[in-house]
Parts: sequence; C-alpha cells; structure tokens
Amino acid sequence: MRYRLSPAILIVILSAAALSAGSLLQEAPARAHSKVNPYAGDKTAIGAGEKLYQRECAPCHGRAGEGIGKRPPLASKSVADVSPGAIEWVLRTGSSRRGMPSFSHLPEPQRWQIAAFLKQRAALKQRGDR
Amino acid sequence: MKLARFIFTAPPRAAGWSLLTIALAAATDARAGEWPYFVTYSHQMEEPGNLEIATRSVTGKVPDGNRFAGTALELEYGATGWWTTEFYLDGQATSRESAFLTGYRWENRFRLFSREHWINPVLYVEYERINGADRSLLEVVGHDGREDLAGGTAEGRLEPVREIETKLILGSNFKGWNVSENFIAEKNLAHAPFEFGYAVAASRPLAMAARADRCNFCLENIDVGAELYGGLGTHEAFGLRGTSHYLAPTVSLQLAGGTAFRVSPGFGLTGSSARFLLRFGVSYELAQFGRAVSRLFR
Repeated sequence: MRYRLSPAILIVILSAAALSAGSLLQEAPARAHSKVNPYAGDKTAIGAGEKLYQRECAPCHGRAGEGIGKRPPLASKSVADVSPGAIEWVLRTGSSRRGMPSFSHLPEPQRWQIAAFLKQRAALKQRGDR
Repeated sequence: MKLARFIFTAPPRAAGWSLLTIALAAATDARAGEWPYFVTYSHQMEEPGNLEIATRSVTGKVPDGNRFAGTALELEYGATGWWTTEFYLDGQATSRESAFLTGYRWENRFRLFSREHWINPVLYVEYERINGADRSLLEVVGHDGREDLAGGTAEGRLEPVREIETKLILGSNFKGWNVSENFIAEKNLAHAPFEFGYAVAASRPLAMAARADRCNFCLENIDVGAELYGGLGTHEAFGLRGTSHYLAPTVSLQLAGGTAFRVSPGFGLTGSSARFLLRFGVSYELAQFGRAVSRLFR
C-alpha cells in the first residue's frame, strides 16, 4: 500500500523538526527579551549566581560551562549575545522534551542571579577568545 | 575496558558493590531540590540522570497501641525529563513488639507538559506490595485511621497487601511559593473498594535571593510550609465521615554539601486520626549518577 504525505503534514513535521533543532534561547518570547535583570553588573549577585550555577547547572553543562555531551556549552557566543530575560525564561520554563528541567522551584531573584553570572562569564570568554 | 571486564567476570556480589561504589564516587552531589513535604508531591521531577537517596520516617502512638516508627528508604531516579521512577523499601519497629521490613513500592511519575505553566499536572502510578503491619504512612486514604495503627504487628505481618495507587499531582510555583495539590485513588488488588484521599501543601524559602558565600544555615537554605492531608472514604462510602485528617507544619534545611533534612510535626484533626505524628527525613542527591554508571561500560 502506498502512502502520500500531504504538503500540510510535511510543513508541520518540518516546522517541529526546525523548532526542536534550534537553541531553547531562540524560543524565548519577545516579552521575555524585554525584561531587565535587576542584578546586572552587581558583583555580589554574580558571585551568588556562580554558587547557584555550580550547584544547579554544572553537573550537566560543566563547571566551566564547556558543555557535556549533548548538553550545550553556556560559556558561549549565543549566551553572550542573548538578552538576560531569555536566559531567565529558559530557566523558568525549561523543556522536559529537550532534557532541560525547569528551575521554577528557585525563587525569581536566584534565577536572575544565575543569568547575571552566565552573561558575565560568556562575555569574558568571548573577549578572551578574540 | 578492564573495569567493565572485571564487572562482567567477578562474582555477582563483588561486581555489584564495586559498581555502586565507583558510580557513587564518580557522581557529584547536588541540591536535593525538594520541597519540605512528606505526603504531598509537587510537580517537580528528578533531573535526568540524577539519583536521590532519601529516608522518610514517622513515629507516633495511639491510645490502644504501642509507640511505633515506620520508615521508607527511597531511591529516586530521573529517567528522562518527563519520567521519574522511584523504589521504596518499607520497614517498621513497634515498641514491645518487633521490627521488620514490611514490603516495597515502585512508583512512576509522568510530567504531562514539557514546559512550566501556571498549573503543572503530573500523573503518578504506584504498585505496592506490603503487609498489614506497614507503618510508613506515606499517604492517608479511605478510612485509614488510628485503629490501623493500634493492631498488633504480628497479625498485620500475615496480611499481604497488594495495591495500585494513582495520583493526579498539580503544582504551581509563584513568587517563591510552591502550592501543590494531590488527588489520590487507591485500589487493593484483592476484593476491596477504591479508596480516595487528598493532600495539599504550600511552602517557600525564607530568603529569595542567594548569598555569594557557601553557607549551611543561611535563610535561602531553609524552606517552611504546611501540609494538609487525609482520607475521603471509598467509592461505596465517599465523604468525610469516619476519615482521618492531619495538619502538619513542615521545615527543611539544605546543607551546602547537598544533604537535606526535613521535619514535620503532624496534628490529627478528627477523632479517627492519631493525635500526633512526627515525621523526619534526610536526603542526598547524586547528580548525573546515570552518566557515571554508563561511563563504566565504555
């Protein structure tokens, strides 16, 4: 028996594949990008963010943010370039389908502290690589 | 490869202990990431590849019975981001009677939505094979009450209990608060009616922002909250009549090294309830335990 794939189904499948292939950061909605990190540039908060990163994120993404296996690196250009709001959005919503747990159990200030640390480290890494 | 060969060729017990020791050493500690509840489940799943080792214990005394202590040793593993599986080994000790293992449970939780929403549903299915002397009190359903705790353990031990328990878990995180609701339906696989129960809980950490230094007793590591749980009768006699209910303040402390302690005094609210139950537990999470095990065989 022969099956024909209708164009509509093909578009849905290709769209789903494209979405799952991209970075989670790219899926952050516009309102997430517009949020301002209340801890941006705050050295104490960045220190707290590093402590939280080592506890919550390092087992999967590596102590230096180098990425482990399929888990993406976080000391990267994509993190340096993205808005802090997108990072907080990914931490809050997660995506169990993509293997990224939600960190909504952390209070919002702690998620911003992690975002502040990630932004600073990614920016330093980019400067060092040039 | 030499290691993998040893594990395959060594006597089973030696291989098992070696495997466990190496995997435990290779895994790193992590925050247990749990709310301070004993009966209520939140929608939070175990992170993929992490293994949590925990105990949940309870002690109490009912007027017609001896003081008892029930405990459950818990091994919780994050199989995927949407599936957490857990094995429990239950035991009990009763004053002036005896102490023995009372059975085991195997539970699975399935997260229905990939992303976080305002309300997050999780389906829970558990198979338990315990006996009538079990005192772990991991849930209260049907007309469970203090009479069940007053009976002698020697007779209870001879009564096998095989049950399927299902729960709909709903959870929300908002401004540092967690609010969780569980609706429970349990069926004894022998000829017994469906039993129903509920558990609701709320909690939050004492500090919202983290400190930069590594600290054990700082406020961000302490969660406080309360649980309310009880039975709702059976499908033949649904309702609150003759059921037991408990209100339990609860607190947890997460040490910097990853160990978490929880304690909760529970107060019976109805004549069928035990007057007072004290629950306590400790947990430790091994991050990426699964990856550490799989690395042994490469």
